[in-house]
Amino acid sequence: MADLLAVLYGKILRIDAANPKWAERDRFILSKGHGAAILYAVLAEKGFFSKELLNTYYQNGSFLAGHANSHNVPGVEVSTGSLGHGLPIGCGMALAGKRGNKPYRVFVIMSDGELDEGSNWEAILFAPQHKLDNLVAIVDYNKIQSFGTVSEVLDLDPLADKWLSFRWAAREIDGHNYKQIESTLESIPFEQGKPSVIIAHTVKGKGVSFMENQLVWHYKSPDDKQLAQALAELGLTK
Amino acid sequence: MRTAFIETLLELAEQDDRVWLLTGDLGFSVLEPFVKRFSDRFVNMGIAEQNMTGVAAGLALEGKIVFTCSIANFPVMRCLEQIRNDVCYHNLNVKIVAVGGGVAYGAAGYTHFAVEDLAVMRAMPNMTVIAPGDQVEAGLATRAVKELQGPSYLRLGKAGESCVHKTTPLFTIGQAITVRQGNDITLISTGGILSEVLSAAEQLAPQFQVRVLSMPTVKPLDQDAVRKAADETKLIVTVEEHSKIGGLGDAVAEILIKDHFNCEVLKLALDSTSHSNVGSQSYLRQQFSLSAAWIARAVREKLEYNESL
Repeated sequence: MADLLAVLYGKILRIDAANPKWAERDRFILSKGHGAAILYAVLAEKGFFSKELLNTYYQNGSFLAGHANSHNVPGVEVSTGSLGHGLPIGCGMALAGKRGNKPYRVFVIMSDGELDEGSNWEAILFAPQHKLDNLVAIVDYNKIQSFGTVSEVLDLDPLADKWLSFRWAAREIDGHNYKQIESTLESIPFEQGKPSVIIAHTVKGKGVSFMENQLVWHYKSPDDKQLAQALAELGLTK
Repeated sequence: MRTAFIETLLELAEQDDRVWLLTGDLGFSVLEPFVKRFSDRFVNMGIAEQNMTGVAAGLALEGKIVFTCSIANFPVMRCLEQIRNDVCYHNLNVKIVAVGGGVAYGAAGYTHFAVEDLAVMRAMPNMTVIAPGDQVEAGLATRAVKELQGPSYLRLGKAGESCVHKTTPLFTIGQAITVRQGNDITLISTGGILSEVLSAAEQLAPQFQVRVLSMPTVKPLDQDAVRKAADETKLIVTVEEHSKIGGLGDAVAEILIKDHFNCEVLKLALDSTSHSNVGSQSYLRQQFSLSAAWIARAVREKLEYNESL
């Protein structure tokens, strides 16, 4: 998901860090609110708030909660955490934009496991009905959910077909390929009059050999040695 | 009450283009005037209350004042987490409207009762909870919640309730309306059962001076009116078409406990065991001992018991 956010915030979203509530900004909702650490890092990088604040993440008294928090955090549109909330809210924002002839677009990143929630399918039914082509859903399809693989728990395949049958315009991409992410996002809406969904095939823990596709890293924090190794594998320093 | 609501909402929508109405596919023969006049600010969301409430939050984040509407407990419980996280947590201008509060749809069975809604909505942060006593209060409450910044819950009756207020009372959110003066006992009523409560007061009247307070706002409660009743009358009786747990009775009792009043509270409400009953609202009020005659009888018995001590 870090790669998706890097391209979205680096190349696609029309936003202004100096004016987080700019009326014509694109709206971004992190429906999988547990990915908040990445969102905060991106927002700090873009200048919505100081990078020093990132050290308070998950700490007592911090605004940077473990799930995306819009309360007192500039740049976060809406607080999320419980799954299945982002897309309905995004539909409301997109509907207001559509009926008010506003230029902004609404982007919602969802997890694959999150698609178990029925509220999403209510929203997936709703968006095409109202021709919300200013709405983009991005599914971070890493095939692992909280307590098993997606195929073991509630298999989503064929996932693109499901969205297509609900009358969305769908594309499948490699969610780690920057060029593909960018070119796909640049071509929205994929079809006039239809909401767009991007099914981004991803690898959980991408780029860190001992984390890739391991469920345990949904929960665990690396110790100092593991952190050093992970950063080294990613070509970064602490 | 639903007619008073929609007529008022039409006026409000005429004056303010931020007013939107969403329905969960209900409102046949009621909502049509709004649909016709303001189609660009109306959405039939389908039978999908979670998405309705999430969409309402999204619209409210864009500056709209959004009324979500359905019947009984549907706009409250099916989408409770959306109300909690999306609407209340963000303190948004979403006004949840339930038509058929209490057992107005009693013949339809327990699935269509709204008898735990006040308790659930009272517990939600930032939520204002209002159950108007008749159509006059319903119209005034609709106007008041539209002006209120933040979420509110409007629990309406259905149709054909008897009108208690012959003149327009002063309606302020968080304030009781004195319907009848008296200094022996106080009956406090919320919601459409007000007419039964007033009638019970008339039945008790030859013997007792009965004060009747209509308490449309259950949260925030009019604490001063409750304290005054506790000071000036020897018994407070709360009446609500709602579970005994967490509604008006508990809200009133909380104040009296907090402030160490000696005044007793008699809570008249639904037992949690009586839900297999089916029938019209008036039939069920008899069954649940909430008709005017039953209310008067319960008050008499309580006073006689107290005398005997």
